[in-house]
Amino acid sequence: MKKSLLQGVALAAVLALGWYLYSNTVANLAERNIATGFGFLRRESGFEIGESLIAYGAADTYLRALVVGLLNTFQVAGAGIAAATVLGFVVGLSALSPNLLLRALARVYVEFFRNTPLLVQLFFWYALITEALPSPREALSPVSGLFLSNRGIFFPLPGNVPVLEGFNFLGGAHLSPELAALLAGLVVYTAAFIGEIVRAGIQAVPRGQVDAGYAIGLRRPQALRRVVLPQALRMIVPPLTSQYLNLTKNSSLAVAIGYPDFVSVVNTTLNQTGQAIEGIALIMAAYLTASLAISAFMNWYNARIQLK
Amino acid sequence: MKALAIVLGLFFMQAAAAQSTLDTVRSRGAVLCGVNTGLAGFSQPDSKGVWKGIDVDVCRAVAAAVFGDATKVRYVPATTQQRFTSLQSGEVDLLSRNTTWSYARDAGLGFNFVGVNFYDGQGFMVWKKLNVKSAKQLNGATICVQPGTTTELNLADYFRANRMTFKPVVIDKLEEVLNAYFAGRCDVFTTDISGLVSVRGSRAPNAAEHVILPEVISKEPLGPAVRHGDDRWFDVVKWSLFAMIEAEELGLGTKTIDQALQSKDPGVQRFVGATGDLGKMLGLDNKWAYNIVKQVGNYGESFEANLKPLGFERGQNALWKNGGLMYAPPIR
Repeated sequence: MKKSLLQGVALAAVLALGWYLYSNTVANLAERNIATGFGFLRRESGFEIGESLIAYGAADTYLRALVVGLLNTFQVAGAGIAAATVLGFVVGLSALSPNLLLRALARVYVEFFRNTPLLVQLFFWYALITEALPSPREALSPVSGLFLSNRGIFFPLPGNVPVLEGFNFLGGAHLSPELAALLAGLVVYTAAFIGEIVRAGIQAVPRGQVDAGYAIGLRRPQALRRVVLPQALRMIVPPLTSQYLNLTKNSSLAVAIGYPDFVSVVNTTLNQTGQAIEGIALIMAAYLTASLAISAFMNWYNARIQLK
Repeated sequence: MKALAIVLGLFFMQAAAAQSTLDTVRSRGAVLCGVNTGLAGFSQPDSKGVWKGIDVDVCRAVAAAVFGDATKVRYVPATTQQRFTSLQSGEVDLLSRNTTWSYARDAGLGFNFVGVNFYDGQGFMVWKKLNVKSAKQLNGATICVQPGTTTELNLADYFRANRMTFKPVVIDKLEEVLNAYFAGRCDVFTTDISGLVSVRGSRAPNAAEHVILPEVISKEPLGPAVRHGDDRWFDVVKWSLFAMIEAEELGLGTKTIDQALQSKDPGVQRFVGATGDLGKMLGLDNKWAYNIVKQVGNYGESFEANLKPLGFERGQNALWKNGGLMYAPPIR
């Protein structure tokens, strides 16, 4: 009885504080004549966005601009997670290789990339692409139809080869310097952590399991694939989930190198409309939703691979 | 996430009974002034770390008016994206950061612009080797621009109106967006003409490689802004700026202001506070305007010291008497 009374009081206090914060904020905003609410989402945005997965122009609404940003974030997070997982497993397995050189390389890779700040790495990749590659008119073309310049990489598609027209290439598929630098930075950085997780997960499988595998005539790759990895995965998946979440959230560093991710578009929006609180709330809601979705999926996968 | 931190200010700020800004500034002992993170001629620290520029001079003029000491300013550098939240949330007392006075900012963001300290317009800087002579030839160009600016919106408007397309590369920090342009990531960098002249003169590895196109695509009246709802503070900042402009018109400068104390001209006597009580009306010392001119200088002196060396002409920013737009209401 006493316990529930105490909890009731605590709940009331939290609600009262919440109400105070809310009403005080609204009063402050009204007093300063700062617009509130989400009505701005339906207004014309008036700004262009560098790259978009859906059709978008300055005449579209803020809502559509935000969707463009969100899709860009999903694109980076999705591609980044896939690539970082592959690279991470390669690094983790190399760290356990019988080959000394490979082992040493994996060690150096992990220690170098996980011990330097991600932001610095992003600036490095971005500068590498924009400073080292030539202008479009002097673009490198190692293979016919493939062009490397400081405007990014243009690939030929069947029946659609990029051609230089005016300032830039037109046609083909395009990877912008911003997206390339962001992906390179996120993947290389996160793969260092994933490599360690994979190595630790494999080493946590008792040595006897491998010996048992050899005893029934399996070779090393087979023993690894059929005996060790299935058991190691149970140890790997939970910390791997954290790395996926980190990569997704770290993708917001895109603003520093000009990739139009969700945070970048929200920042521009909140600046043009002056509605900072709504903007920050949108960022929080978007990342929370994305993180919870990744968590839910990984928890489901984790449950599936557990011993029943 | 600096934006987040300053948004939190709005949650906890005291509502209605807020202290007046002038009292807050007085008890703090310094004016908190939002400035650019580094734009030569407008606001940038020199080699000794002392902030210099015509925007900085507005901050100093306010400090001279309030404290009789132009050094009592704390500078808070803000990017284009941080500047409005930092003023809204009370992180700074005034924003003097080459910011365009526009309807939406005045009416929707909760600001009051006190006037104009630089009349500007948006232009384009391009790589000379591209051989572009007019902005009308920029169809398909990649353009570096800072987000959250009127520049970004005018740019989209201009290309839409002229049925052209472009690829924006949007980076918040001036330093980084310029790196991208100078690395050749963009064909064009766009901002106010003043900004183009300033960065070409102070940041370009080789200024001769860049040309500023003749088109001026917008009006950009740049001026200091304060928060809505404190008319006294609004007046103090407004008249600090006007005092600098009026001083130039009266021919009063840092060197001549002391002689002016003995002047027989009634207008000059009122200005320096030898007669009348103009200062009291604002709640300031009667020598407020004298202190501004003595310690900061008049508008013309500020322009000469900060912008002339970068190659700026007075142009629209000359006094109205000389065919420009600079005009202060009478100080009487």
